[in-house]
Amino acid sequence: MARIIVVTSGKGGVGKTTTSAAIAMGLAKKGHKTAVIDFDVGLRNLDLILGCERRVVYDFVNVINEEATLNQALIKDKRCDKLFVLPASQTRDKDALTLEGVGKVLNELKKTFKYIVCDSPAGIERGAHLAMYFADDAFVVTNPEVSSVRDSDRMLGILASKSQRAEKAETPIKEYLLLTRYNPARVKLGEMLSVEDVQDILSLHLLGVIPESQAVLNASNSGTPVILDEQSDAGQAYSDIVDRYLGEDKPHRFIDEEKKGLFGRLFRS
Amino acid sequence: MPNQSSSPALPAFEFKSSVITVPVLNIYTTDINSFSLQLREKVKQAADFFKNSSVLIDLQNVQDQDLNLALLLDAIHNVEILPIGIRGGSEAQQQSAKKIQLPIFNIPRVSTEAAPAEKSPKPVTPSATTNQSSEEPQNNTINTLVTQPIRSGQRVYAKGDLVITSHVSAGAEVMAEGNIHIYGALRGRALAGVLGDENSRIFCTDLQAELISIAGNYRISEDIEDSYKKTPVQIYLDKQALIIKNT
Repeated sequence: MARIIVVTSGKGGVGKTTTSAAIAMGLAKKGHKTAVIDFDVGLRNLDLILGCERRVVYDFVNVINEEATLNQALIKDKRCDKLFVLPASQTRDKDALTLEGVGKVLNELKKTFKYIVCDSPAGIERGAHLAMYFADDAFVVTNPEVSSVRDSDRMLGILASKSQRAEKAETPIKEYLLLTRYNPARVKLGEMLSVEDVQDILSLHLLGVIPESQAVLNASNSGTPVILDEQSDAGQAYSDIVDRYLGEDKPHRFIDEEKKGLFGRLFRS
Repeated sequence: MPNQSSSPALPAFEFKSSVITVPVLNIYTTDINSFSLQLREKVKQAADFFKNSSVLIDLQNVQDQDLNLALLLDAIHNVEILPIGIRGGSEAQQQSAKKIQLPIFNIPRVSTEAAPAEKSPKPVTPSATTNQSSEEPQNNTINTLVTQPIRSGQRVYAKGDLVITSHVSAGAEVMAEGNIHIYGALRGRALAGVLGDENSRIFCTDLQAELISIAGNYRISEDIEDSYKKTPVQIYLDKQALIIKNT
C-alpha cells in the first residue's frame, strides 16, 4: 500500500525542501520506489537540490492540465533508479493546482510507487493545503525558535482539520516532528529552544534532530541530497530518520553537545 | 469668558458595549382584547415586579398574522411595562415598528427559550476530535471533551462546560458558555461564561495564557502576576473583579 508523506512547516526557510530531497533519496536507497513532488509552483527548488534541474522538460502543472503524461514528466534520478522527481512549474502560480488534478496525479502515482513525498511550499494557502490534503503521514519540519514552532503548531491544526482524512473522519494523518538546524551549543547558552521546549509546546512524536551543519549548504549547492554525504552529521541524522520512519529503533543523536577529548581540544582547527 | 466653561478636553460621552439580560414577551395572539386581559391578570399577581420593567416583544409566533402593533404597545404600556423593541415578525410588522421608532432586534440562532442574550456566537468546531454537536441542545448543558492538543489558530466553542485533557497552544482560543477545565498548559485564550454567566470559572493546571476572560471581564497576559504563571490555578469573578487563585 502506497503512503503519501507531506513535508510541511508553515514557516519558510526551515528546511522542507532539503528534508524532502533527503528523505526521498533515503527511502529510495532502501529499495522502495519513491516519487518526490515539488508543490512550490512558481518557486521551483526541489530539482536544484536533487541536481536534476537541467533535465526538466514537463512539470506537475503540465500533468494536471493533461499536456503531458506522468511518465513524461517524472525524472529518474541518476544516482538511484528507485527515485523519481516530479518538478514544479516555474512559470505558473499556485492557482494552477486543482484539488481534482492533484488527486488524480497522486492516485496514478499510488499504483506504482511505494512512497510519495510531497514537498510543501511555505504558508498555509492553496499550495500548502493541496500538498497536505491527501497525505497519510506528515513530517513537520521545525527550527528551534519560537516563530517556527508557532507556525508548525498552526500547520498541525490544519492537518487535523482540513485534510481528506479529517473530512472523511478516517484515522487522522500521522504526524512526526523533525527538528532541523539544531545547535546544542547555542541551546546550552539559552539562545535556542531545546528539544524538550519544542516537544513541550507541540506534543509530537520526535522522528529526529538534524544538527545545524555546513554539509547542508554544500549539498544544496552541489545538487546532492545531504543524505548521500555519509560522513556528515546531517547526512547521518537523515539516515536515522528514514530508518526510524521505517520502524527501526534507533537512539536519538545530535541532541547533546559533542564532548571533545583532550586530543580533540588540542588539535581543533 | 463665561461661555468657555465646557472645555473641549472633557469628553461629553462615551460609547461602550455591554451585555444585559432582558425579559422577552412572547406574543401568541393578535387578539388585543384577550391579550390585554390576560396581561392585566398576570401583572396583578406581582405588580411591583413588573412596574416599569423593560421587555422585548417577540413576534415570531404571530408573524404570519395581522397584528396591530400600536394597540399591542398601548396594552403593554397600560400595565406600566416598557417595551424596548421587537424581534421577529413579518416585514409589515417590522415596518410599523420602525414608524413608531421602536428598535428591531435580531433573532438569536439558538431556540428562543434557551438564550437570554441577543446574539449567540457562532460555534466553531476545529477538528474531528471535538464533540461534533451540530444539533442544537434541547435545554441546558451539553459538555464538550477535547483530548487532542488545541493548536494555534483553532477555536473551540462549547455550549456547556469545556474539558480539555491536553494543552491549548498560543494563538488558539477556547470558549464556553459554562466553565473551562484544562488539564495541561493554557498558552492561548480562554473565555468562560461567554453568554454572561458570571458564576462560570476557569480551571487550569498550568497557566501561561495570552488572555483569560469570564463573562466579558478579561485580563491579558501582561496583567497576570508572574507568581501565577506556570502554576495550577482557578479563575473566577468576585463583584466584577477577575480573581486568580492558586489551587
